[in-house]
Amino acid sequence: MALAEKPAPAVEPMWIERIPPAAWALGFVLLIMPLIAGNFFLFQVFGWTFILGTIALSLMFLAGYGGMVSLVQMTVAGLAGYMVAIFGTSGVSAISLGLPWFIYIPAAIAIAALFATLVGALAVRTEGIYTIMITLAIASAFFYFTRQNHEIFNGYNGFNLVVPPELFGINWRQPVPFYYLSLGVAVLSYLAVVYVARSPFGLALQGIRDNPRRMASLGFNVTAHRVLAYTFAGVIAAVGGILLVWQNAQISPGTAGIGPVIDILVIAVVGGLKRPIGPFIGALIYVLLRTFSPDVLLALGLSGERYQLLIGLGFLLVVYFSPDGVLGLWERWSARMAARRDPLRGGRA
Amino acid sequence: MQQFLSKHPVWSVVVAGLLAVFLWLVLAPWTPGMEAVLGRKRVFVNAVLSGITLGALYFLVASGFTLIFGLMRNVNLAHGSLYLLGGYIGYEVADRTGWWLLAFPVVFLCVALLGMALQHFVFRRMEGEELRQTLVTIGLSIVLADIMLWIWGGRSYTILSPDWLSGPMTLPIEVGLDRAGEPVLMRYPQVRIYILLAAIVVGVGMWLALNKTRIGMIIRAGVDDRDMLAASGVRIQYVFLAVFAFGAGLAGIAGIVGGTFQSLSPGEDTRFLLASLVVVIVGGMGSIPGAALGAVIVGLAEQIGFVYMPTYSVVITFLILAGVLAFRPQGLLGRTR
Repeated sequence: MALAEKPAPAVEPMWIERIPPAAWALGFVLLIMPLIAGNFFLFQVFGWTFILGTIALSLMFLAGYGGMVSLVQMTVAGLAGYMVAIFGTSGVSAISLGLPWFIYIPAAIAIAALFATLVGALAVRTEGIYTIMITLAIASAFFYFTRQNHEIFNGYNGFNLVVPPELFGINWRQPVPFYYLSLGVAVLSYLAVVYVARSPFGLALQGIRDNPRRMASLGFNVTAHRVLAYTFAGVIAAVGGILLVWQNAQISPGTAGIGPVIDILVIAVVGGLKRPIGPFIGALIYVLLRTFSPDVLLALGLSGERYQLLIGLGFLLVVYFSPDGVLGLWERWSARMAARRDPLRGGRA
Repeated sequence: MQQFLSKHPVWSVVVAGLLAVFLWLVLAPWTPGMEAVLGRKRVFVNAVLSGITLGALYFLVASGFTLIFGLMRNVNLAHGSLYLLGGYIGYEVADRTGWWLLAFPVVFLCVALLGMALQHFVFRRMEGEELRQTLVTIGLSIVLADIMLWIWGGRSYTILSPDWLSGPMTLPIEVGLDRAGEPVLMRYPQVRIYILLAAIVVGVGMWLALNKTRIGMIIRAGVDDRDMLAASGVRIQYVFLAVFAFGAGLAGIAGIVGGTFQSLSPGEDTRFLLASLVVVIVGGMGSIPGAALGAVIVGLAEQIGFVYMPTYSVVITFLILAGVLAFRPQGLLGRTR
């Protein structure tokens, strides 16, 4: 997954040599995963992890590089999923237009990105906590609207039988193809975020995060950078949303309800908002908890329905003790280990 | 008020004109032509009354939220959970003792204690870190929601109002003529009218307490400059505890009110959290009159929208939010800092 490190200056060793061995190992393991893991793991655990990770990655981009915590990313993903169901084929033939994939996928991404841009234009007028409140209000308005609207969004029922197109004669909902599809999308999104974060635009965005006034006086258009960040994050979330609707084969208002919207925030924060790999770690933890906590709870003699409590408590502990997520915990721990082993500092225990 | 009149004469005239049209619509008898356009007057008046009483409920929830935010800059996204918890505790008390009124002091105490615990153990440790507060309170609301689901289950509860409050009440508003040509007066559930009155009393009381008492003076000083107030010898942490307890207790009481004229079920916590968010964003963060204005606007928009455009009622609320943000980001009665 972590294929990209810094684009190297000419005198440095080639970029491919500077990828840490751990990244090679991770990439290799992920590539041969279908040989190790069963279909359930490939489709349900890893597929879902990559999808949620991609959507949370878009939040990480906004929050980590732009300093804007937006809760609409799941809504943007949900809108893209809805657009796929409406422009493509679904079980609700009265509404779905049945267009071919090379039209409905770009259309879904474009509409979702446009929506994200509009939300961004509204949200950047506010700062900090206000952004969270406004995006939460927009997300819930979308949820209630899709639930009430029958002409376009088919109300409470939503759309079923939304499946990926049979491209190259492959059924992309089979576990192994879907695994590689979602892995590919996750890696591409990751690379895109890493690349954009180091581009002039990304650097300016980080400058705006740290000191908007100074960037404005240097001649950067603060508002335009922030809105564009929403657009870019919207594209990534839209791609994740399309995969999500294909994985579930259905979409309904609950897909982008208030619960999932908060879950994306939980995933991004638990993983860590400082690095693009964080959301994927958070997503893996979340998916494992979601999938296996009923079994664990049952084994402990508690009701299996209490997984939400487990997730909530875990989230609470992480944000209470480590605001920068699991990655932050890991960094602090490895820093302490390094300090311990440092020979120059003498016998520090 | 005086300042506003002299500063914005045009807006004052527009607002006064709108209010006059509105009052005329409610009070004057409708001609058949108007009924053809707007439907029956009874429906309209009913929607207006529901909107205002719903606004009263929103005000009870949102005023605590805005007070806490205004003084301490604390973002308490667990406010909706306090509302729902208050409702459930109120249901238990009212159901077991049969005293509806007893539920109010009990719930106020319980939820205020929980609020004090929140302030002491959570918010005091992360003063000024808004994002962290947000995340921790979101986590808390997830945990509280699941614990409440565990205890009270997924079914919906309604708190029975006492006999002396149930039944309709006749209001001096004419909604039409009966066959004999006599005017028919509007009848409306009594309990909602009393709740509206109670909310007005609470609102006026809060305003008086904030503006005319010593405690209010301390709180207003704290809103303006916390450090200066602490430096001048006020034990500000106690003030914070008291305000948080009051705001939380108010949310709990609103839970009983909401449980009496609507119902309590899982999910109501987020609904009321969102409602109070919208109310305080529209009205202006940290302003009690703003919360009242925002609550009435949101309540009316929701109910009137629900009657006349059932599919798009949510969108109307959202459009109001977007419009306020676009033209007056600090809220209708908010101050720029």
